Amino acid sequence: MSETQLVQGNEACARGALAAGCRFYGGYPITPSSEIAEHMVRLLPGVGGTFVQMEDEIASLAAVIGASLAGSKAMTATSGPGFSLMQEHIGFAAMAEVPCVVVDVMRGGPSTGLPTSPSQGDVMQARWGTHGDHPAIVLAPSSVGEVFDLTVRAFNLAERFRTPVIVIYDEIIGHTRESVVLPESVEVKERLRPNGDPDVFWPKTAPADGVPPLPAFGDGYRFHVTGLTHDERGFPTNDAEQAGALIKRIHAKVEAHFEEISEVETFMLDDADVAIFAYGVVGRSARETVLRARAAGVKVGLIRPVTLWPFPYSHVAEVAKQVDTMIVAELNLGQLIGEVERAAASQAEVVGHLRADGEPIAPSELLTVVTPIGGRAS
Amino acid sequence: MTDVKTYLREWAMPHVLCPGCAHGIVLRAFLEAVDQLQLDQDKLAMVAGIGCSSRLVGYVDFCTLHGTHGRAPAFATGLKLARPELDVVVVTGDGDGLAIGGNHLIHAARRNIDLTVLLLNNSIYGMTGGQSAPTTPEGAVASTTPAGNTEPMFDACKLLIGAGASYVARVLAANPMEMTKVMADAMTHPGFSFIEVISDCPEYYGRYNRLGGGAEMLTWIARRDAGVADPLSSKSFVSHVPSSATPPGLATGVLQREVRPVFGGVRGPEIDES
Repeated sequence: MSETQLVQGNEACARGALAAGCRFYGGYPITPSSEIAEHMVRLLPGVGGTFVQMEDEIASLAAVIGASLAGSKAMTATSGPGFSLMQEHIGFAAMAEVPCVVVDVMRGGPSTGLPTSPSQGDVMQARWGTHGDHPAIVLAPSSVGEVFDLTVRAFNLAERFRTPVIVIYDEIIGHTRESVVLPESVEVKERLRPNGDPDVFWPKTAPADGVPPLPAFGDGYRFHVTGLTHDERGFPTNDAEQAGALIKRIHAKVEAHFEEISEVETFMLDDADVAIFAYGVVGRSARETVLRARAAGVKVGLIRPVTLWPFPYSHVAEVAKQVDTMIVAELNLGQLIGEVERAAASQAEVVGHLRADGEPIAPSELLTVVTPIGGRAS
Repeated sequence: MTDVKTYLREWAMPHVLCPGCAHGIVLRAFLEAVDQLQLDQDKLAMVAGIGCSSRLVGYVDFCTLHGTHGRAPAFATGLKLARPELDVVVVTGDGDGLAIGGNHLIHAARRNIDLTVLLLNNSIYGMTGGQSAPTTPEGAVASTTPAGNTEPMFDACKLLIGAGASYVARVLAANPMEMTKVMADAMTHPGFSFIEVISDCPEYYGRYNRLGGGAEMLTWIARRDAGVADPLSSKSFVSHVPSSATPPGLATGVLQREVRPVFGGVRGPEIDES
């Protein structure tokens, strides 16, 4: 029977991974994500899984990709400096279409920055960090319970769309212990596997939804996997038509399934004059801010993207149409605010409340921004 | 024995290698070893990085992974740990395996994970157009060492023995039958096995250093085995005098063989939390 437990964010991540069917973890120690590895090494052997500590983050994601091609659900976890090193293989996994989950527990940057402080400085890197045009699915939990749920969801999306999925949260969410009731069982999705004749199997011929079936190495389908632009047979090609078709298909399989992937939470927006746009740990502060501002008679609401990428442009645009002002609060010097401005397209005033000094944004602080703007509106 | 073409993806030909390149001889020797051992094509995975040697995996009819530059041992580690029944062979080059991927190679050796690594050493970066590599001898000309290389080179086998590889061998592309024998031996070794194959690059290394075409280079490689000094050390166009003389002959054959526990990752019964 499910019961209330006191669980740390990083532990919830490991337990979510296990529940989703993760059976391989390859990682490298880095604050503030290391507890994920420390839980995985204890949990995996009991379910027939394998843990390995690799020599660096580049190798960690390489091992994860290798394990995934061997048929295992696999993941790694890191923080900013390691996330930078993983960009090479995030691109490889996107190109070769290898399902995997990468968790980035954000700390202050750039460089080694503030290892034990929260930040949301990696949200654009999660979208654009690796070179070339590539799709991205990025999920941003704002509580310990949501870390569990979204880690499960990340595996399901990775398997469903044959693509790397990033779970991104910050040091506070990672290290907070909260009372949660974790589900006994969760809905788990498995990658599509081929069932036809191995002799005529082409690994990159996709059905209508754009996601080709993926056999495991050793299953009797002998195929080639490469990060070079390739044809439907999986073999490198310089042919412009085939190159264009591949790059468009790996984008389309995410874009065409936007509704399936995107999740946006709204709170008290119905009659709002002011909307706060916040995600992750700031989403929590923003929710409390809304409650306090409402108590003072200010008509403010919250839009919190749970899926950061693909970005919910149309959803933000609808909010912008309704309110006078959108306040974007994030722990960086302005990253997703640019996307909000694009989506709002001048239909609402967009104001940033940004900080990148290693301190969180408290509700009391955000209230001092919301109150005068809300007062002006009413 | 089986026709080695059985193991090739003939549909993927023609291949990208240059005339005179010995990598094809190395591949054939390897496929003969696969045939001798009667390995199951469905259970043999080949993992490569980036470079001329790494392109070989595209042409063989196994499960093949053409990864990123230098990282093949790391991809192979995940593959082998997740599916131990696979035979996993890494194909890498001297730049791929010893420069950008040196870290992954030595850690795979240290763990003694059951992989076989074939490192095809042609003394230069071929795919990118003839730049110097960590294996370019002192004095040798490359596109980035036009006046002769002033950096000392790696001895790949010494490096791997130092890293803890439980099986280390050096073979010459000029000696295909020996290659097959050693490759079959390495693949049956329990744990990490490393084979440095002295191959050639007539297109760049040979041309820049006036060592002739493929046949001449293979002859030169064969003479190295007989203890004959690298012809570069006496080349008059080399202005730089090597600080440590190029070894008069490279030791070949099996240089290291030991049996020690094979790494399988952290797995097995749940750890007792009490």
